[in-house]
Amino acid sequence: MAKELWKGNEAIAEAAIRGGCECFFGYPITPQSEVPEYMSVHLPAAGGVFVQSESEVAAINMVYGAAGTGKRTMTSSSSPGISLKQEGITYLAAAELPCVIVNCMRGGPGLGTIQPAQGDYFQATRGGGNGDYRTVVLAPSNVQETVDFVQEAFDIADLYRTPVVVLCDGLIGQMMEPIEWRPIPKRDLPPKDWAACGKKGRDHTNNINSLYMDPEACDQHNVRLTKKYALIEEKEVRWAEESCEDAEIIITAYGTPARIALSAIETLREEGLKVGLFRPVTLWPYPTKALRALAEKDGVKAILDVEMSSTGQMLDDVRIAVEGRKPVRYLGHAGGMIPTVEEMAEAARAALKEGV
Amino acid sequence: MKKEIIISGFGGQGVMSIGKNLVEAGMAEGFHVTWAPSYGPEMRGGTANCSVVISDRPIGSPVFTYSTELIAMNAPSIDKFGPLVRSGGLVLVNSSVVTAEFVRPGIKTIYVPCEGIAYEIGNPKVANMVMLGAYIAASGALKQETIEEMIAQMFTGKKAKLIPLNLEALHRGMACADPELDPIPQSA
Repeated sequence: MAKELWKGNEAIAEAAIRGGCECFFGYPITPQSEVPEYMSVHLPAAGGVFVQSESEVAAINMVYGAAGTGKRTMTSSSSPGISLKQEGITYLAAAELPCVIVNCMRGGPGLGTIQPAQGDYFQATRGGGNGDYRTVVLAPSNVQETVDFVQEAFDIADLYRTPVVVLCDGLIGQMMEPIEWRPIPKRDLPPKDWAACGKKGRDHTNNINSLYMDPEACDQHNVRLTKKYALIEEKEVRWAEESCEDAEIIITAYGTPARIALSAIETLREEGLKVGLFRPVTLWPYPTKALRALAEKDGVKAILDVEMSSTGQMLDDVRIAVEGRKPVRYLGHAGGMIPTVEEMAEAARAALKEGV
Repeated sequence: MKKEIIISGFGGQGVMSIGKNLVEAGMAEGFHVTWAPSYGPEMRGGTANCSVVISDRPIGSPVFTYSTELIAMNAPSIDKFGPLVRSGGLVLVNSSVVTAEFVRPGIKTIYVPCEGIAYEIGNPKVANMVMLGAYIAASGALKQETIEEMIAQMFTGKKAKLIPLNLEALHRGMACADPELDPIPQSA
């Protein structure tokens, strides 16, 4: 298949349409505004519904309504806008509604900056709203993966009846790269017999609800959700390893810093330094066991976590996986600064030299 | 081959377009390519830039601190990115806008009067095509025919009449940088 040059955000929107998206609700915010812009033209042309809502809060509640009818539904935004959507996301998780949420992260906290960042890791992986819930979080690190994951996200959402977050950053959204529209593995999906779209001769009404006044019923609801999350943890964990076979230093990174790490590793390998990359592809469920197995290897001296976050957020999951087996170091920038190849390489050299 | 190119100038000078043309041509020649724009406040009336990588191997980072080549369409671009060109690298200066010389040991500088040539051949809008011509001739990174084919595909229908103008701009730009005279050393 021929390669085509696509801008990340426009590719996200096109991928959603190809993934069967029928309804899109969004509100513009840099650096992801090209997603709704593209959708506004191309989704109606494909027979779908596009609404530019009056706010992010309205958009996510429109997602709730449309997803409740069984339609493939999506919204996208960037960090501050995703914060506004959190109430809606916990309702979607509670009512077990499938939907796809794209976050092209920018610097925070607050309004922060429009430049790329990764400060929304906790919010995405821990459930940013109230209550005990999780959302599947896919973390692409280039435009090709982004279009693959956006298409697949609709299937994952439908299979588990859960919101799926595609966590990008501003650079992935803004950059252009050649991609292929390659076939995405399709899943065997159950019928949406739960959808509220007319009784159609059934003997019962389908209700979309997140309110359980009876504590026992609410407890049972949580038990059911927890079982579902355990199944997702069992089935959907993904990661990628690069040059880890003989590595003494393992860099952990996702998204844009992960591809920058590939350049740093190329430089370091030319110097004869054994450095590899462990890249979580699903941030929830996290590839805890795989990272632990690497940390257990005798040859591995230290782990170097790199993120576009000031204090380190994935760092917590790295530490949980490593469980003190090896020293864990951290290199991070926030506020829109992207870690450079040079500083990543320098941090890895320091880790090798000092060993801790 | 790995080119890490910064293209920088005022908004409206076609800086982003030069970058897009480079990645399209690079892709057509089978190279791996990435294009990353600046999208900050500087885009709104100030200086804009984009980072382009053209490589015969898969590309890790699409952004970089040190470039192999700098295309500077205005003076602030020289100040900001001139010191960050790798030793053995190449700087193309739009001498219609930048009056000062750029001198750094180990760096080859080529002056291209982009707007001057564009006015001469009748349309200021092709200033960026002049620079693109100078770049491909000076760097040897991409083939002239690839760019010419791209221009032919870019302008179709009523716009097809713009093809000769763009080709002239390309060729005039190429003439500004004759690589035969002083071959550019391959950067590491």
